[in-house]
Amino acid sequence: MSQPTIAVPTPKRPQGVDRTQLRWPLGFTVAAVVVVVFYGFILPFLVPGVRGWVQDWLPISEINVALIWAMSALGLNIVVGYAGLLDLGYVAFWALGGYTTAWLMSDFGFGGKVNFNIFGSPGAASTTGIHLNLVLVFLAAAGVCALFGVIIGAPTLRLRSDYLALVTLGFGEIIPQIFRNGDEDGLGFNLTNATLGIGPIDSMTFVRINRGDVVVGKLNVFDHVGRFILFSLLTALIIFVSLRLRQGRLGRAWLAIREDELAASAMGVPLMRAKLAAYAVGAIAGGIGGVAYALHLGRMLPDPFTFAVSITLLAMVVLGGMGNVWGVLLGALMISWFNSTGLPQIGDSFNSAFGTNVNFPSFNFLIFGGVLVLMMLFRREGLLPESRTRLVLHEGEAGDTQAEEPEQELVDETTVKSGDVK
Amino acid sequence: MAQSTTAAARLPRTRLNLSAYGERIAGFTILAAVAAWLAINFIDNPQQFMTASVIGISNGALYALIALGYSLVYGIIELINFAHGDLFMLGTLLSATVVAAAFNLFNEPVGMGALGWLVFAGTLVLAAAFCASINVTIEFLAYRRLRHAPKLAPLITAVGMSFILQFIGLKWNGSGQKDQPSVLPQGSIDLGGVQIDTNFFVVLAVVIPVLVLMTWIVTKTRAGKAMRATAQDPDAARLMGVNVNRIISFTFAMGGALAGIAGLMYEQVVTTTRYDLGLQLGLIAFTAAVLGGIGSLPGAVLGGVLIGLIQGLNEGVKYGAGQRWTQSVVFSILILMLVFRPAGLLGKATREKV
Repeated sequence: MSQPTIAVPTPKRPQGVDRTQLRWPLGFTVAAVVVVVFYGFILPFLVPGVRGWVQDWLPISEINVALIWAMSALGLNIVVGYAGLLDLGYVAFWALGGYTTAWLMSDFGFGGKVNFNIFGSPGAASTTGIHLNLVLVFLAAAGVCALFGVIIGAPTLRLRSDYLALVTLGFGEIIPQIFRNGDEDGLGFNLTNATLGIGPIDSMTFVRINRGDVVVGKLNVFDHVGRFILFSLLTALIIFVSLRLRQGRLGRAWLAIREDELAASAMGVPLMRAKLAAYAVGAIAGGIGGVAYALHLGRMLPDPFTFAVSITLLAMVVLGGMGNVWGVLLGALMISWFNSTGLPQIGDSFNSAFGTNVNFPSFNFLIFGGVLVLMMLFRREGLLPESRTRLVLHEGEAGDTQAEEPEQELVDETTVKSGDVK
Repeated sequence: MAQSTTAAARLPRTRLNLSAYGERIAGFTILAAVAAWLAINFIDNPQQFMTASVIGISNGALYALIALGYSLVYGIIELINFAHGDLFMLGTLLSATVVAAAFNLFNEPVGMGALGWLVFAGTLVLAAAFCASINVTIEFLAYRRLRHAPKLAPLITAVGMSFILQFIGLKWNGSGQKDQPSVLPQGSIDLGGVQIDTNFFVVLAVVIPVLVLMTWIVTKTRAGKAMRATAQDPDAARLMGVNVNRIISFTFAMGGALAGIAGLMYEQVVTTTRYDLGLQLGLIAFTAAVLGGIGSLPGAVLGGVLIGLIQGLNEGVKYGAGQRWTQSVVFSILILMLVFRPAGLLGKATREKV
């Protein structure tokens, strides 16, 4: 490597606030406010036809679900996109976050054995269980997930990249199975109520927007706009943390590890600490996604936590553009919408337009698999690539062409020379 | 990891040794616990233990066939072929379809007689050829173009392929579990209190010759030699005149054929399939490949039989955790194996190429 490329001139720190750093918070806020105003204050008063169309094609509840996916995908992006550690069991953190919420915010209390309330908001009929304030629940879920992130990460640190993927995959299968079997029959005590699940989860006290009225109160099942405000705040927080970490010392260490582990360790990057930090931070984001999921459903069931969730999250990261926060956000929102709303709706319109009876959601597998394969073959860097990722992912090809070039030059020279002789 | 390559790893030498001791003690403790568990179960009820073992070995023989497909492919291009389990699932579906068609053709359920075995043998060849050609096609269309790409790219492609194969299975068989026809005789033999399913002998009669044939191909033929050379160093093999692309295709064909045979055996013995069968069994078989030492062919067989045995015992004996914990038990083994002995039981410790 030559001297100038190493000594990248650091841009001078501007005095005061850097305007470019304000661009995304403003844009994000505007987008969120537009959604809140539209769904909270405009949509209920529109003519039924338009209202029905919007509720069919872009229901606010699915926007909330998309934000939950986005939070988790952004967390996975830290592990896979930044640090280059392939994680195939990310669903474990989602489940852990969700069940932490269920344990700490419901009447469950491990079969009614534990019973206390710290600033919580239990339902009117509630006499048992643990009821913690939502802020405490977020802290607890973050703590639990960070701990498990380190526990899962620790044995993988010495392993090669594909073995690492397997260990995470193993944990991603074991942890949901513990939740699925966690009752007297399976574990000997009632940890998670097994397939019956835990619920209802305490409704949180937040801003309620109902047909233009803004009040503070307990959110019910239909208060999607209130939850949207909370979820978009959480997403913004995770985006902020992702962006700032990427700029900082830790983020640069992650990128160095992703690109060349050996070189990074030779340059003094503490591999162990940086990798564990990636797992912990990623796990926290996944856990926050899990808490949001629990709040959205109002009940925790073990069924949704399958390998397919981990793969879907990975696809969001890959499709959007590994390492680029905006790409991942776009990928998550797109895939989530397409899975939940887009595909069934497109199918319904197609069927009613052409009088066919094709079951479009069943093509989910084909479309999903096809997109993954085609993306990997033709646009490996994702829709919104990060510039460095693109370079790294096409490294092999660049090497090939370089290897071929001298050969052609030689051929050219010899033909020219033979021409000269003649 | 190849820590020895960095000078920095040398400094805390004493600490490394200590942790290595701790690791060894922990490893032996786990082994001792497993041995104690086996002994307790055996003494408690020997007949039950042996019955569970026989079921386990029968399943393990099928896992071995699938695990070999993973191991072959990993050995030659270092790719975890996630689609392999789903290929096996398609093998079960093709077998079911062919056997059902034969039943229709002969207008009655074909029983044990010569006709039944003829149908069985024909389906075996068809399933093997079918899965082999799918595997070769997948390699040609997708993995071949990604051979020089970073590892993440072919891995994600394999996941995508797995989804596509699952879609085919979904359209072929529907989303539920379906009962499938079988030509195998039903029944079991009582051997001193140990129940042995007659299918056990059929499985062994198919799997053992297949394994012998495969070992012969890999160790004795020219193609096998070229395969081993390519696995060791593709570039050097190319320089020595090996057609690397053709050899990789051949490897995929072999892995696919094994998956097809496993598919037929599974369909005939278990007589149900489901479109997501490949995911579960594929993961178990992959664990088997890792347990034996991925890339090592005898290791894959040993790992498959061991995993089958552990699963059979776990589900069959009194102090086992039961079927609901199978996945957890298998993956715990995977994780422990990777932590304590990443090279596997029969694998050689390899340094990471820098």
